[in-house]
Amino acid sequence: MSDDVTDGAAARPADPESARRAVAAVWRIESARIVATLTRTVGDFALAEDLAQDALAEALAQWPASGIPSNPGAWLTAVAKRRAIDGWRRRERYDDRLAAIAHDLEREQAEATDAAGGLPYDPDAIDDDVLRLVFVSCHPVLSREARVALTLRVVGGLTTEEIARAFLTPVATVQQRIVRAKKTLGAAGVPFEVPPRSEFPERLGTVLGVLYLIFNEGHSASAGPDLMRPELSREALRLARVLAALVPREPEVHGLVALMELTAARFPARVDAAGDPVLLADQDRRRWDRSAITRGRAALARADALGRGRGAYALQAAIAEQHDVAASVDDTDWASIVALYEALGRAAPSPVVELNRAVAVSMADGPEAGLALVDELAADGRLARYHPLHGVRAELLERVGRADDARAAFAEAARLTANERERAVLLARASRPGGR
Amino acid sequence: MAKYMLIMRASDEAVAAYQDMPFEQVIEAMGRYNEEMMKAGVLLAGEGLTDASDGFVVDFSAEPPLVTDGPYGETKELFNGFWILEVASKEEAAEWAKRCPLGPGSKLEVRRVTEIEDFPQDNEWIQKEAGWREEQAQRAAKA
Repeated sequence: MSDDVTDGAAARPADPESARRAVAAVWRIESARIVATLTRTVGDFALAEDLAQDALAEALAQWPASGIPSNPGAWLTAVAKRRAIDGWRRRERYDDRLAAIAHDLEREQAEATDAAGGLPYDPDAIDDDVLRLVFVSCHPVLSREARVALTLRVVGGLTTEEIARAFLTPVATVQQRIVRAKKTLGAAGVPFEVPPRSEFPERLGTVLGVLYLIFNEGHSASAGPDLMRPELSREALRLARVLAALVPREPEVHGLVALMELTAARFPARVDAAGDPVLLADQDRRRWDRSAITRGRAALARADALGRGRGAYALQAAIAEQHDVAASVDDTDWASIVALYEALGRAAPSPVVELNRAVAVSMADGPEAGLALVDELAADGRLARYHPLHGVRAELLERVGRADDARAAFAEAARLTANERERAVLLARASRPGGR
Repeated sequence: MAKYMLIMRASDEAVAAYQDMPFEQVIEAMGRYNEEMMKAGVLLAGEGLTDASDGFVVDFSAEPPLVTDGPYGETKELFNGFWILEVASKEEAAEWAKRCPLGPGSKLEVRRVTEIEDFPQDNEWIQKEAGWREEQAQRAAKA
C-alpha cells in the first residue's frame, strides 16, 4: 500500500493531508455511533453533536503530529466525553451524570490499554441508538432542508463542507441550518427514542422520504450546471442500506434500497461524454451496472419475502426492474409496467405517477392512447409548471406527427426547467424542424 | 464513491494458526466484521474460497500453459477470499481493511475495482465485453 494510507497501529507522525483524509475516513465510519453513544451518556442530542464535532476538530489538530491512534473511534469518544466533563466542571455542575461519565471514561481507558483495544460502545446496544439518531435527524418538527442536512451530517458522517458542496449551498447556510435544527429539536423537547408503535409507520415513512429526497437530488439535480451528482445518490443508497440493516423487518426499507440500486444501475449510461442527458431509449444498456441490478433485485425479493405486499417504493423498484432486465425499449414488458403504475397510483396517488403511466400506455398501446391521458392531465392543471409533463407531451405529439405542437411543447418544457443541461437539450429539440 | 476489493491472502503460518483456533471463534469474528460492514452500508459482495487442495494453477511460463494441482508448494501466499466495498475514499477502504480479524501471517491486499470510466469507451473490445456481460445478465434475468 502506498505511503499516503498511514498504518494506524504505529503512532508515527503523518503529513497533514494524509492525516486529514484518515480522520475523514474514521469519521464516516464512526460518527453515527459516537454521536449516538454520547447522546445516551449526556442525555442531549445537540450537546452530543457539538462534543463529537469538537473531538473531530481535536483529531484534526493532533493526529498530524501524534499519528493516528490504534483505535480512533475510542479516541474520539473519549475526547468528547472529556470535553463534556470539562464543560460541566466549568459550570460547577457536579452531578450523578458527571460521576457516571467519568467512571465510563476510566473503564474505557483501562480497557484501551489492552492490545485488542475494545470498542467504545456496546455493539448490541448501538443499533438502537443509531436508529434513534436516524429518527431524531428526520423528525417532522424540522424543515425538509434541515432533515436532509442533519441526516447527512449526523448519520452519514459528512462534513458541513461536503453537504454544502453536494447541494451547491454556501457553507454558512448549511451551518446555520444545522444550528437551527438542533435548537428546534431542543425547543420541541424531541426525545431520543424510536417512535412508539402507533407512530412508527408514519415516522419511518418520513425517514425513507428524506433518504429518497437525497437520492433524487443526486439523480436529477434540481439546479446547477451538472445533470447528476451521483456521489450524493450513492451516499443516500449507503444510508438506505444502513437503515435496512437496522430495521430488516420493514418491507419498504428494502423496497427503497431496491429502487435506488435499480435506478443507480443506469447512471453510467445516463449522460453522454459531453455531460448531456441520454434518454432511456437511447442509453447504451451495455453500460448499466449489472451487479447493482442483481443487488436491487435481491432487495426487492427481500421486501416481497416479508409477505406484507408492495408499498410505493417496492412498486417503483419493480418498474425499474422491468426496464433494467429488458434488452431494449421494444423488448420491455410495457404491459407489466402499466399494471405496476396502476398499482402505484392506488398505493400513492399523484399526478406524476399518472404521467408516467401515460408514458407506459403510449409504449404498450401506441402514442395516441398515451397522448389522450397526457392531455387529460395537462387540462387539470396540477402539473402545469412541471416541465416533464410538457417534455412527454412534446415527445408524443412528435410521434403522432404534430410537429408544430411538439416544438411549442418542447419550448414550454425548456422554459420551466432549472437544469441548464436539460434546458439546452429541450431548446435544441424545440428549434429542430420536423422534430428529431 | 469507489469500489475496492479486499483480497485475503494467508501464508502457511496463518493457515496453521487458524487450524489451532476453534472454528466457532473464527466464524464469529468474521461474522461480526461482515455484519459491521453491512450495517455501515458499504459491503457489496464477498466470498471465501475453499482449501487450496481443491484448486489448481495454470502457469503461462510454459507453452502450452502448464496446469498443476494445489497445494502450491512454491507459493507462500494464498488468495483465500474477497470482499467488495463501496466507500468514499481509499483511506476508508484502508480503515475497513484494518478492522479485519486476521492474525500474523495474513495479509489483505486492497485494490480499486475498475469502473466503466477507466476504459476507453470507443475501444471495440471494451464494447464487445460490455455486450457479453449484458447478454449474461439477460440470460440470468430470464432464468
